[in-house]
Amino acid sequence: MSDERPIRVLVAKAGLDGHDRGAKVVAAALRDAGCEVVYTGLRQTPEQIVEAALQEDVDAVGLSLHSGAHMTLFPRVLELLKAAGAGDILLTGGGIIPADDAARLAEMGVGRLFGPGTPLAELVTYVRDEVARRRAAGRTT
Amino acid sequence: MTCTGDDVRDLAARVVARDGRALARALTWVESDVHRGPALVEALRVPGRAFRVGATGPPGAGKSTLVAALAVAWRQAGARVGVLAVDPSSPFHGGALLGDRIRMQALSGDTDVFIRSLATRGALGGLASAVHDAADVLEAAGFDPILIETVGVGQSEVEVTRAADVTVVVLAPGSGDVIQGMKAGLLEAADVLVVNQDDRDGADALVHALESALELRAIQPPPVLRTVATVGRGVEALRDALVARGPGSAAPEVVAERRRARAAARITAAVDASRAREFWRRAGALREDLADQVVAGRLGLAEAIARLAPDEAGTEAP
Repeated sequence: MSDERPIRVLVAKAGLDGHDRGAKVVAAALRDAGCEVVYTGLRQTPEQIVEAALQEDVDAVGLSLHSGAHMTLFPRVLELLKAAGAGDILLTGGGIIPADDAARLAEMGVGRLFGPGTPLAELVTYVRDEVARRRAAGRTT
Repeated sequence: MTCTGDDVRDLAARVVARDGRALARALTWVESDVHRGPALVEALRVPGRAFRVGATGPPGAGKSTLVAALAVAWRQAGARVGVLAVDPSSPFHGGALLGDRIRMQALSGDTDVFIRSLATRGALGGLASAVHDAADVLEAAGFDPILIETVGVGQSEVEVTRAADVTVVVLAPGSGDVIQGMKAGLLEAADVLVVNQDDRDGADALVHALESALELRAIQPPPVLRTVATVGRGVEALRDALVARGPGSAAPEVVAERRRARAAARITAAVDASRAREFWRRAGALREDLADQVVAGRLGLAEAIARLAPDEAGTEAP
């Protein structure tokens, strides 16, 4: 397949916190970088997030979390993605996530997590490079 | 173009077997892969019998919410519902924010509903060029009806009437002032008109304005229905009105003629795109050179055009 097709990213707010400013800023930055960003709004369950990611055939899922539930929600989304045969989708995200937790999540297979104050260009570059790497590694048909 | 490789046959079989991941990938192919997309559509060869319903209207009228409510009504009637929701791509950087799913949360968790967001990717007219193929793929996976939601439109983006068997134009109170300007385009696209957000001030005035605008038309005017999509009010009646104008209606020849026109339009679009791709692959560099000369004042625009399209050469029909 031609890899000039746009990168598709799902940006979702998982869990119960209503702080969606970060998610919206990230969605706008990815859009302005040429990505097709599916934004699904607030209070998404892991099941809803994974269902949307599969239907939309996205390259990456970005979760925004400020509730402290990241050690539950990230592994759950990852587990559901893998169970659906979609472990090739990059799971990344951001919010208030302590470095120790981020390291443990990375061991499980979660991508980089971005805290407050991250330059948007850094995040965009990461998504672009990581998706390019995964596409080159050959997504399953 | 018609190379039906094993991967195409394999994916087609999985789509027909209603494998959700395969369906999602198939939609990506028809959106993005100029070789395998058409090959897949050819392998699926759907009869085009699923009821395709278009929903269009200005931004903020409640199209997504209404489409979700219609999907719920169809689900309650036992149908499997496909949704194609189109949002605009930026003409500057190509990016898009696809936000229609926000209004469609009530449909999540139901495997008999499949929602796909499409970006316009440069297509004008309110739809993505892949929308026809995407609808075919959904039909192959057993979805019927297929609800097609356009971008928020103004006066003249009426491509949806090509893609759909029946089109509903959704308006909301506050858009009454623009009816005069819409007469020539959007209102003519409507098989059914809906005043959504009927619980808001100004709904009566909008209904009256629509009805008086429609009185002036020579042909049978579309009905004006009222809905409050957020609570589902009036949605069942809307569904009935759409079905009554669909392929199983008293006048199926209208839908049959639209389907014929759709096939012709798809052939035209595909041939045009293929020829343009091939032409500019060969002539793109010359075009850039000619543009330089035009800007430098060494060449007139008409002469530059004539060098690329001398006497319509190469465009004769086979």
